Amino acid sequence: MFRSAARLTCSGVRGLTRSRPQYTAPLAARSYSHGKQETDEEFDARWITYFNKPDIDAWELRKGMNTLIGYDLVPEPKILEAALRACRRLDDLASAIRILEAVKDKSGPHKEIYPFLIQELRPTLTELGISTPEELGIDKV
Amino acid sequence: MLHMTVGRVGSLLTRRGVMALTSGNVRMASHGHGVSEQADLSLPMYWDRLDTPLPDKAYKDDLTAADKSLKQKEKGPWTQLTNEEKIALYRIAFKDTYPEMKVPSHEWKTVVGGILIFIGITGLIVIWQSHFVYPPTPHTFAPEWQAKQTQRMLDMRVNPIEGFATNWDYEKKQWK
Repeated sequence: MFRSAARLTCSGVRGLTRSRPQYTAPLAARSYSHGKQETDEEFDARWITYFNKPDIDAWELRKGMNTLIGYDLVPEPKILEAALRACRRLDDLASAIRILEAVKDKSGPHKEIYPFLIQELRPTLTELGISTPEELGIDKV
Repeated sequence: MLHMTVGRVGSLLTRRGVMALTSGNVRMASHGHGVSEQADLSLPMYWDRLDTPLPDKAYKDDLTAADKSLKQKEKGPWTQLTNEEKIALYRIAFKDTYPEMKVPSHEWKTVVGGILIFIGITGLIVIWQSHFVYPPTPHTFAPEWQAKQTQRMLDMRVNPIEGFATNWDYEKKQWK
């Protein structure tokens, strides 16, 4: 939903609280030479599987996060939850906080995305004991 | 004034693309002191980038005893860490927070100022050149000569179909 609703190169924010709007029309208008295009669900599932690897190592976490942030989208809360749990398995609180900062930055001018993400992640954050940058006071210079 | 410009350009060049040199990837140049430290670019490096949230290595390499014990505590439940400890763990791993990375610099003023200075110097050179280098303007540019030249071109019917002479009304003896 975030990929299609908050595609950062589009102007205007389409209601994020709508559940699964049908945004396949603009995508189908593109002409690919061949092959299927991955759906949002497949994309999310792929990344959740990546971060859920039980013995994920630090390099894979860094590579995954840096790649994910390179995409033109804000990751779904499910993916971020898997990434935060990967940080927990690696005993890396600093990276967990950094991930939250990064997705806030990814939202760009759409200021309503980050609070929504935190709201969705709140159970995980409380369970793992991850403080948000705002709670630590490092969201201001 | 010129050497101040060079200093500004110099600082402009050094301020771009600053990487935080951590002690882990700095090697003293082997040929004596007085030479600046060189980062070993073949080793993983730390950098603050908005699009690379997790750089190749942590910021601080040599940890104090307090840092090391904090890293041990990090292996336990994070709910037992105080906010100060969490901030300390963050600062061990990272140099700037995202808001600190995004602090605007005043570099643009240096750039615009440098551009205008060089355009100004170029203007001065052009003025000097037109006064001291160019020969006198040819006499054929004088208005009287130009008038006689134009009359001659009209008498010759220069470009009579689509061009010059079509703009002259030969009956009324004036421009159209």
